[in-house]
Amino acid sequence: MKTNKLNEQAEGDDMTSAETAGGSGPDKAAPLLEVRDLQVEFKVRDNVTKAVNGVSYSVDAGETLAVLGESGSGKSVTAQAIMGILDSPPGRISGGEIYFQGQEILSMPENERRRLRGAKMAMIFQDALSSLNPVLSVGFQLGEMFRAHRGMSRKDAKAKAIELMDRVRIPAAKQRVGDYPHEFSGGMRQRIMIAMALALEPDLIIADEPTTALDVTVQAQVMDLLAELQREYNMGLILITHDLGVVADVADKIAVMYAGRIVETAPVHEIYKRPAHPYTEGLLASIPRLDQKGQELYAIKGLPPNLQNIPSGCAFNPRCARAEDVCRTDIPVLSQVTERDGTELVGRGSACHFWKETIHG
Amino acid sequence: MGSDVERLVMGRYVVRRLGQLVVVVLGATMVLFACLFVLPGDPVGQIAGSDKARDPAVIEQLHKQYGLDKPLVVQYGSYVGKLAKGDLGQDYTQGRPVTEILAPKLLNTAKLAVVAIVFDVIIGIAAGVIAAMRRYSVWDITVTFSTTLAIGVPSIVLGMIMQWVFVIKLGWFPLISDGTFNSLILPAFTLAIIDAALVAQIARSTMLEVMGADYVKTAVAKGLSRPVVLLRHILRNSVIPVITYVGISFGALLGGAIITETIFNWDGIGLALVTAIQQNNNPIIVGVVTISVAVFVVLNLIVDLLYAALDPRIRLA
Repeated sequence: MKTNKLNEQAEGDDMTSAETAGGSGPDKAAPLLEVRDLQVEFKVRDNVTKAVNGVSYSVDAGETLAVLGESGSGKSVTAQAIMGILDSPPGRISGGEIYFQGQEILSMPENERRRLRGAKMAMIFQDALSSLNPVLSVGFQLGEMFRAHRGMSRKDAKAKAIELMDRVRIPAAKQRVGDYPHEFSGGMRQRIMIAMALALEPDLIIADEPTTALDVTVQAQVMDLLAELQREYNMGLILITHDLGVVADVADKIAVMYAGRIVETAPVHEIYKRPAHPYTEGLLASIPRLDQKGQELYAIKGLPPNLQNIPSGCAFNPRCARAEDVCRTDIPVLSQVTERDGTELVGRGSACHFWKETIHG
Repeated sequence: MGSDVERLVMGRYVVRRLGQLVVVVLGATMVLFACLFVLPGDPVGQIAGSDKARDPAVIEQLHKQYGLDKPLVVQYGSYVGKLAKGDLGQDYTQGRPVTEILAPKLLNTAKLAVVAIVFDVIIGIAAGVIAAMRRYSVWDITVTFSTTLAIGVPSIVLGMIMQWVFVIKLGWFPLISDGTFNSLILPAFTLAIIDAALVAQIARSTMLEVMGADYVKTAVAKGLSRPVVLLRHILRNSVIPVITYVGISFGALLGGAIITETIFNWDGIGLALVTAIQQNNNPIIVGVVTISVAVFVVLNLIVDLLYAALDPRIRLA
């Protein structure tokens, strides 16, 4: 269902492009969002946890970027840095820039930044039950968006809330607007979160594992709804997930993260066929498949790295079957992936010393 | 939705809780009656005069008058019968109805309790909020240190220190209370400070807990301003446990602050209880206990109803 869009994007989808360099005002050619060399650390007493270590990615309007990785890979922290909702202290952005609609937002004064939040960029969290205030009705919480950003009256905001609940197909919205979060089912609650994020028709939505807490059948419904609304409003979507199944259906491109770095980027359909990083290979191999019934499931050996003590060289090297000496000493950079004959593969990058061996066998 | 059903459920809940009130009052007074009965000393001895001058005939007459010649069960039965009509009996020393004696004292205790609880809430919540918002700062350390200290100090010591400083050294307040607001401040403050320390600690810890909640992150992500996030999303959720504590504490205060009322000579039911114990004035003792038990149970009920009103997840059942 996304194939036509994928082709559209293929041209302007070069992640290593530096089109926006030096642009300070809104720039037509600039991507909707561009993260450049972002670094985030958490400091508790003398323990520094390096959660994000130089992440760069970009999203265009109408495009879906899936950020993939296990817990602790830095995908959520990057998202929170974009939204400006990091817990700080202990969290601290120690480097990098984030451009939103051509404007650097990390250096923005807090009250300007606050006006972006919710209105221009919105976030959907994983666990809707804990992410909604238990003592306020859902209608009130939806209405807050209009009251805070549009200065609407309580009554008008409530009418808007009902409209939104209808929009995300919550049955009997008018009767349920005064209900509290715990009175809804998990799927309905996540719809409310989506409605809240969409309330002011933002340009960018960040969905942090939006379906992880839901039943499989409900997952598909919620994901379809999100994809549909994204298309309708032509929003950029960053979909944070560890579920490769979800990604295949809705994403345009993928960024795989490991230990706070992007280890591979690719258009979505290509990564399944030909991964260019051993970690991605491992992730794909660990998807359970029907034709493997009875066999033991594959798991990447070892444990995710300790972020207070990231292995030298490539952070993945202790778990990697291809690792050689260079992997233990030199940090691999994200480099352009090419065909055997040297033709560049658009939008593909790998941070592996041996990406050629990985992709071309 | 279904507000009629909810109202019905709540009505039933209140009725059942009030039924419990009757059981608790009966139980408490029964135990108290038995205790006073087995205690040595003749309750009417004081009225009958000094030991030497006692006339056995007078004693017998008095026993008859107050029904003390009858068995315990009969005495208790007649007490309960009167209680049902709102009569707490007659006291031994003045021969006046207990309700008439205690009514103005209860009012005094209520005045003290209200002022104390207002101080308590203002000081406690303010200190807790400041400590939580400026965690690990000098403010936080000051609050943690001073509240721990305040909780450790018995009210009798604190009351005497207050008297020494503000009455004797500074002369701001009268030593002997005259029932005016001015003489109310010191005892109220003494009661409030220890309690406020607990309120501050509860407020601080619940604030910190709520500040880390996902829904607070959502509120920030929605682009709400700091005051809105703080008041509507953090404070509102933090005060719920505080209200429980304050409600119970208020109930206890209404039952008479024995030590504080005695130190400051505040003419409330706490002081009345102490005097009654010294004089073996059983009807007053039973009366004060009956009142405090009833007030405590009713306040607990109010707290529970308030709790349900503030947190929609709580169901009254």
